[in-house]
Amino acid sequence: MTPALEVRDLCRSFGALHVARNINLALAPGARQALIGPNGAGKTMLVNLITGALKPDSGAVFVRGEEITDLGQAARVKKGLARTYQINQLFRELTVLENIALSVAERRRRGANLLQPFSRNRETVDEAAQLIETLRLGDDMLKPIRELPYGRQRLVEIAITLGQRPEVLLLDEPAAGVPSTESHIILEALDALPDNIAILIIEHDMEVVFRFAEQVTVLVGGAVLVEGPPAAIAKDEGVRAVYLGEHEHG
Amino acid sequence: MNAPDRSAPDPHGFLRGRERWRPVEALPWLIAIGAFFALPDYMILGTQVITMIIFALSLDLILGYAGIVSLGHAAYFGAGAYATGMLSAHLGWGEPISGLLFGGAVAGLVGFVSGWVLLRYHGLTLLMLTLATAIMLQELANVLEVWTGGFDGLLGMEFTPLFGLFENDLWGHAYYWYALAVLAICFLFARRLVHSAFGRTLVGIRENTRRMHAIGSPVHWRLVTVYTASATMAGLAGALFAEINAYVTLDVLSFARSGAVLIVLILGGTGRLYGAFVGATVYVILEDELAKASPEFWEFGVGLVLVLVVLFFRGGLLGGLDSAARRLKEARS
Ligand SMILES: Nc1ncnc2c1ncn2[C@@H]1O[C@H](COP(=O)(O)OP(=O)(O)O)[C@@H](O)[C@H]1O
Ligand SMILES: [Mg+2]
Repeated sequence: MTPALEVRDLCRSFGALHVARNINLALAPGARQALIGPNGAGKTMLVNLITGALKPDSGAVFVRGEEITDLGQAARVKKGLARTYQINQLFRELTVLENIALSVAERRRRGANLLQPFSRNRETVDEAAQLIETLRLGDDMLKPIRELPYGRQRLVEIAITLGQRPEVLLLDEPAAGVPSTESHIILEALDALPDNIAILIIEHDMEVVFRFAEQVTVLVGGAVLVEGPPAAIAKDEGVRAVYLGEHEHG
Repeated sequence: MNAPDRSAPDPHGFLRGRERWRPVEALPWLIAIGAFFALPDYMILGTQVITMIIFALSLDLILGYAGIVSLGHAAYFGAGAYATGMLSAHLGWGEPISGLLFGGAVAGLVGFVSGWVLLRYHGLTLLMLTLATAIMLQELANVLEVWTGGFDGLLGMEFTPLFGLFENDLWGHAYYWYALAVLAICFLFARRLVHSAFGRTLVGIRENTRRMHAIGSPVHWRLVTVYTASATMAGLAGALFAEINAYVTLDVLSFARSGAVLIVLILGGTGRLYGAFVGATVYVILEDELAKASPEFWEFGVGLVLVLVVLFFRGGLLGGLDSAARRLKEARS
């Protein structure tokens, strides 16, 4: 079967610092894969390289068999590739509703319409309201982002990306900064996504990784150390030495 | 109106409420009409105010909504002024309304082409490039003396009466209504634009360009579009200026004019459309009064007012008014 996402021999360095060394990765449609590794391993960089925020020195990226290496960010999004950010990237002066509706409107290609009032896009607004419901943001719907606590902003961050209805979803530490009482909202929202979406989740919480992922890739120093099912990864000596050891004091 | 149900906010109602016309929005138009009858001797000044409002409104589209800071917006004002002026002076086309549209179209074209290049850059680079664009255009107008009249200015414009009926009379009465009509059309367009999906995406770009890319927005194209619309509107203001004065000098492209419109908008408040109205009115009247009182120091006076407004009212005069109203409301409840 054609992979939903494939990364081939991806390399990128900043001077002497190699943030990606010959990375190979493939996600089948419907994959639930985790990407773990110590801080500074290059996980976020890999997401940047896949989504086009950063250009690779060499290597290629494919979505459903189609090469997207030379496409810009926005064009890749239109191919069904979407991401969330480790550090929130929101529209701070806009309301929660507008943040999410903006994403939905762009996906529905409504953003070029410059004479019709925004409120006329009823389906867009309904869809945004639905996402707000899913992420339990109803009470904050009409508040500007800057009035929300960080944990709630985190939920908006994810809702914006889900507004793209991606086929390949890259989640960069989605639960980071979310109080433990609310992190289940994120996992439930992810569980509610259609099965055929391929998801790559960067996550430090091994409990979450075990619960969510069928496959785990361990990245260290910009290179893939090992890949396998969670149980095997947990037992792997190399991973224990490099990742878990570092994680405890990192 | 029903009290809003706190447990279930209505997204459709909220968004519609944003776009709805408020009674207070009639105020500027009532003032403009009232001024005609109350102050008939000040209509030339009034027309200057209106021209400045259109110009500042055009800047608000790019600065207030899309977050593009420009130090060279006079480039498009000047392009419109020269286009309309040369159409009359060299080709003898003096019908004002088509001349105005021509000026707007030429400025829009200049805006499209320069925007296509400029808007690939950000921050300080973009700021410098906007400045450089206006300087280059001014230098070009200076060199092309045969067409523009160079340093001496473009003379020989003649405009036929509006609709074949209304001359540009000595008191500026006919042109006051003409300018007001142009403003009304520009304003209706701007108001539509900012409340559209397109307008929301501009605010998205202003707030977080990176995220806009990540949700598939064609950012560059959006910016070029609004820049072109803005340049067209600035060109209409410039064209109006040319028709009112029947005289255009290099001054229409000057850095001083680019700076003035920026001051006007910041004074009134950016990103709210009506900031242009308040800022232009205060600025032009202040300029007129201070210039009468003390020709050497009027710029100092304008500077002082700007400093005070920027220091004490976030979001300009209208922003200050807003927060004062909010505080009053809070104190009452
Ligand atoms: N803009 C940048 N230029 C150069 N190096 C960077 C830049 N951003 C991050 N890095 C470095 O790239 C490496 C990988 O970072 P990152 O992908 O953020 O790690 P992770 O997400 O795995 O914690 C780190 O060593 C980091 O210091
Ligand atoms: Mg990271």
